[in-house]
Amino acid sequence: MPLLFIAWRNFCYRSLSSFLTTLSLTLGVALVVLVLSIYGIITEAFVRNASVGCNLVVGPKGSALQLTLNSVYYLSQPIENLPFTTYMEFFPAERRAAMVKKYGGDPALGERDGKYAAYIGGGFAIPLALGDYFGEYRVVGTTTHFFDRLRHGPEVDQPFSFEAGRAFVEYHPEHEVFEAVLGSRVAATMGVSVGDTMNPTHGDPEGKGHGQGFHVVGIMDPTGTPNDRAVFVNLEGFYLLEGHAKPIDDEQVIAPPQRGDSPDEIPSDLELLTIPEREVTSILVQNQPPMFAVPLQNMINESVQAQAAAPVGEINKLMSMFVGPITTALLAITAITCFVAAVGVLVAIYNSMNDRRRDIAIMRALGARRESVTAIILLESLIIAILGGLIGWMLAHLAIYAAGGYIEDRTGVQIYLWSLSEFEVLLLPLVLLLSLIAGLVPALSAYRTDVGTNLSA
Amino acid sequence: MLEITDLIKQFDQPGGGQLTVLDVPNYSMGPGEQAALIGESGGGKTTLLHLIAGLLSANSGSIRVDNLELTKLSEAGRDRFRAATIGYVFQTFNLLPAFSALENVQLGMAFGGRRVDPNRAAELLDRVGLADRADYRPSQLSVGQQQRVAIARSLAGQPKLLLADEPTANVDPASADSVLDLILQACRDENISLLMVTHSLEVAGRFERVDRLEEINRAFAIQSQKV
Repeated sequence: MPLLFIAWRNFCYRSLSSFLTTLSLTLGVALVVLVLSIYGIITEAFVRNASVGCNLVVGPKGSALQLTLNSVYYLSQPIENLPFTTYMEFFPAERRAAMVKKYGGDPALGERDGKYAAYIGGGFAIPLALGDYFGEYRVVGTTTHFFDRLRHGPEVDQPFSFEAGRAFVEYHPEHEVFEAVLGSRVAATMGVSVGDTMNPTHGDPEGKGHGQGFHVVGIMDPTGTPNDRAVFVNLEGFYLLEGHAKPIDDEQVIAPPQRGDSPDEIPSDLELLTIPEREVTSILVQNQPPMFAVPLQNMINESVQAQAAAPVGEINKLMSMFVGPITTALLAITAITCFVAAVGVLVAIYNSMNDRRRDIAIMRALGARRESVTAIILLESLIIAILGGLIGWMLAHLAIYAAGGYIEDRTGVQIYLWSLSEFEVLLLPLVLLLSLIAGLVPALSAYRTDVGTNLSA
Repeated sequence: MLEITDLIKQFDQPGGGQLTVLDVPNYSMGPGEQAALIGESGGGKTTLLHLIAGLLSANSGSIRVDNLELTKLSEAGRDRFRAATIGYVFQTFNLLPAFSALENVQLGMAFGGRRVDPNRAAELLDRVGLADRADYRPSQLSVGQQQRVAIARSLAGQPKLLLADEPTANVDPASADSVLDLILQACRDENISLLMVTHSLEVAGRFERVDRLEEINRAFAIQSQKV
């Protein structure tokens, strides 16, 4: 008769005590797995969101982290604004001249290549203008390139898709430059659908409302990125809102715009801001090839007005600043929880030792060696550890899996039933080891059990 | 089968010093022999059985069972010897409550590296009249039935010497007869030597050989003189 069978029978015989001990271990392990998994999901979500298809964010001088937070995560306040001419530095002379022609500005701007144009290669530079809100959500003024060029997803290769409508266009005969696209969460929580009009407020969520509304033409599919929590409006319309034009002095050279009247173009009679009146909060830059990112970043950071931050690097710095201590704390919590659970195993088995001494003495009288009865107690401890550990682990994973849809909507992190977090693989061996150690105390007591005394008891 | 020579067993006393419980100059039994050992409570009967079973070690002297000198064996060696050679029936049955009647019988052959033979266990249960109670837990059995399971367990390992410690003391008179019959018959059938300690003259009367502990244990005489 295998010792494991004897241990299992003992476990079953003391069913209530065994159940409660196993339950406490189960809950402890489930708690630890949940904490580790949630921590893993948060970390992955943060890191994933940092790579939203651009390798640099360019903004005014100041905190690189703040720039990343407000331009990638739409958190924190924008530092300041950059002149539109800084944005133009990312384009060759031909494109710059086209901008001067389209918006009006100093013709000299179009006579040279932008300082940073050579580093962009086949990539892109997309302007962002922040400062307005729709409810609690950020309104982001940008161009159609935001939807054409940016990618998201685990491999950063998925274009934005729409659960309703479409991306805004530069000019629409009916809506002119006042079209908006809503992130999935904004649409869900604000109760807005395609065809509605949204009115941004200026400066903060309770700020004064702009008189001009934007026609909602699209609602994006959930991406699991901060873009789900933002409203994207046509930059040209954003500029035309009250208070969004930068004051200019009379000495600036401004050639008037020279737009044609083709159906695709903004008509010449629609008054847009001229280049000197325009500002951008930040610029999302993707170099192609990416090796140009580092020299471009250095070059921008050496300039007087602008700075360039690598979002992934900034977030990694933030994570290492906070995550290191949090990881340590979580591991400490894990260890303490496992230790407490193991003490529970020890107490439960040790408390039952008075009842067991007679059983142990009987087995010894039947020829069992001291080592055999010791092994039986240790095996019982292991049974509790294995059952508690596995059930707790499965419970936690089932709970996370059940919440997988919600988590994916909120973070974009896909949850699989058996996906393991980094430290989780160590948990079961740790629980087994601690339970084995906990089982040693009663096992030694079993080892020392006096047969004669306990048989006569 | 059993030869005891100059056996002395002492226990530490709470106030210091040692109390000699057993001082047996000579005691022996032949193969298949059945003997009753009678004596007063506290006279050292159970201690003598524990020494013969290798559950206790002697202070001095010799115990040979089946030509094996127990006093020379390590504890692990005595464990192996016990599993292979000794069957033990207790006064209080000592069945393990977590196991069924059949499993309790199987436990009798579970240790000492032997193979558990479920057929033999079932056969033994049948022999003690409890084939239909194989799956019952001890708590679901009557006192007499529990002792019969204990007898079946003591025979499971095919012992050469069966030690029975007042096996009828805790059962009703009707069951006591049945229990005694079972033990005697089983030992005869399998040529097992039987040493049964009892304080019941009625039980002892069923044996051809009856030894009085007072006569074989010199320590008893010394203690009596002290009293």
